[in-house]
Amino acid sequence: MTTQSLPARTDAPARTPAVRASGRGGRRLLRQRAGRQHHAGPLAYVLLAIMAILSIFPLYWTMVAASTDNTRVSQTPPPFLPGPNLFSNLARAWDEAAMGKAMINSLIVAGVIALSTVLFATLAGFAFAKLRFKGRNALLMLVIGTMMVPPQLAVVPLFMMMADLGWSQQLPAVIFPTLVSAVGVFFMRQYLTEALPDELVEAGRVDGAHSLRIFFSIVLPIARPAMAVLFMITFVHAWNDFFWPFVVLDMTNPTVPVALTQLSAGYVRDQSLIMAGALLGTLPLLAMFIVFGRQIVSGIMAGAVKG
Amino acid sequence: MATSTTKPLTGGEPPRPSPGTSGGDAPRRRGALWHRLDIKGAPYAFVAPFFIIFAAFSFYPLIYTSWISLHDVELATLDVMEWVAFDNYVELWGDSRFWNALQNTITIGVISTVPQLLMALGMAHLLNYRMRASLFFRVASLVPYATSVAAAALVFTMIFERDFGMINWALGSVGIDPVDWEADKWPAQIAISTIVIWRWTGYNALLYLAAMQAIPADRYEAASLDGATRWQQFIHVTVPGIRSTIVFTIVLSTIGATQLFGEPLIFGQGPNGVTGGADNQYQTLGLLLYEEGWKNYQMGRSATVAWAMFMLLVLVFVVQRVVKRLRSRTS
Repeated sequence: MTTQSLPARTDAPARTPAVRASGRGGRRLLRQRAGRQHHAGPLAYVLLAIMAILSIFPLYWTMVAASTDNTRVSQTPPPFLPGPNLFSNLARAWDEAAMGKAMINSLIVAGVIALSTVLFATLAGFAFAKLRFKGRNALLMLVIGTMMVPPQLAVVPLFMMMADLGWSQQLPAVIFPTLVSAVGVFFMRQYLTEALPDELVEAGRVDGAHSLRIFFSIVLPIARPAMAVLFMITFVHAWNDFFWPFVVLDMTNPTVPVALTQLSAGYVRDQSLIMAGALLGTLPLLAMFIVFGRQIVSGIMAGAVKG
Repeated sequence: MATSTTKPLTGGEPPRPSPGTSGGDAPRRRGALWHRLDIKGAPYAFVAPFFIIFAAFSFYPLIYTSWISLHDVELATLDVMEWVAFDNYVELWGDSRFWNALQNTITIGVISTVPQLLMALGMAHLLNYRMRASLFFRVASLVPYATSVAAAALVFTMIFERDFGMINWALGSVGIDPVDWEADKWPAQIAISTIVIWRWTGYNALLYLAAMQAIPADRYEAASLDGATRWQQFIHVTVPGIRSTIVFTIVLSTIGATQLFGEPLIFGQGPNGVTGGADNQYQTLGLLLYEEGWKNYQMGRSATVAWAMFMLLVLVFVVQRVVKRLRSRTS
């Protein structure tokens, strides 16, 4: 199934009952376990198709609106098929609405945040999963506890800090507060607990490798699939992050979501331009989901089961 | 102390390799010391970056928020802080905009969270069937998650447009009068909730699906031997089986609901956005926080709103705990 690439917690408990069932000679039981309940009937397909359409339609319609001219968008009934102006509208959004600069900024911000989150989460996740040290459980509880604190509550002091540092309206103001993620640490810990055999770490110790060496030559190769998934998920979040960038950046140096708000703020609303901007800002992530959809789905599902 | 276990390695001697020693076992001793330092210190060094950055950019600001909330601070002169004790809190308590924002945050939170999680549950159940194209359906359900708040809110603002929006056109075609989705309170809150529901239902469905797949098959087998229908199996096996995941999603959605900001801001189309409509009909606490700080330039009052949001969150979880305890006592 899709969880294959990430042998994390999700699969582990599922396997044992199946083995036990076959031991009892219940072949039918085993097959049902493998099939996970029943086959889908026609009704299930219809309902899922409706849900898929509802999920995709707003984006499809973004494309439709971005490809027509302004007067056509504002007619009733609204257009349902793409028009001829897609590329000219995209080009206008890129130039006029600062979307070009915003895309490059978002690429930098999301790239740096995702890289640093993955690196630090793997380091800490490895320590929490396989190294023994005093206060390990207490510190892990602290990591989980920090997930419950919404970042929005800290914006006022954070804004003052950035003013002090001279980072207002600049990308470091957006990058630094999100360099690490508690969810990432927890995710990598779950993965490495399952995927990294204790014997490998021990063997490295016997060979006289120090911890950092073990991290680079033993942990990293094994952690790579989970790191890739964490990178993509963090990238999506950083690309789409709204509140703090909106507070600290302005239109001279925006990220994509900040630039999009400005598009809608004009008194004369150019609907096709707005939709072209929204489409442009979403395209990189959509492309990523189309290419790596399987990995992202399995990553989200692997991180799901927790106590 | 735990140090005693590693002592034999260095032969019980104080671990202080003097640079002048040229004895044959000095490098070995130095190596042993290095090894011990590595074993003891490396774990802390590995988890340190997370805690240092979290402390600097999350924990410290969070605490500092409460200190600022006891002062008057203007946006233009951030380093001038005037002590006013609890004045900001008293003013907030007497401010009808605060109670309005609190009410809107709660109602939008309920309208967006309850249907979202129920639909996600149904969707996960469907995705859990054995079927063709299951990967397509899963990726499709995640497409909204890949869309930013900003892009999603812009599209839905157009779909809910009063004069040429698709929803009013569809309503009109079945003979229902057009709804003013922005200016009227409840329609606006429903439209904003729709954006939240659209973005997060598929994501939650995948979390539920992962938990459902971990339920042992023999529980279903036992239930069907007892003559349970599929619906009864869903209620008595599936839902209890994924209980901890349901709690987890409720916690996440509740936190998200108290922080709601981008959806109402963009739905209000820029200039009106911060006030949450002409009559504040959909202003949330998040918007009020921003309005106080960055439109009225009162950072102290903004911090007070942030602290009130935090207390709201704490209150929700205390109530949830109490309800849970009462319920387990009665049953």
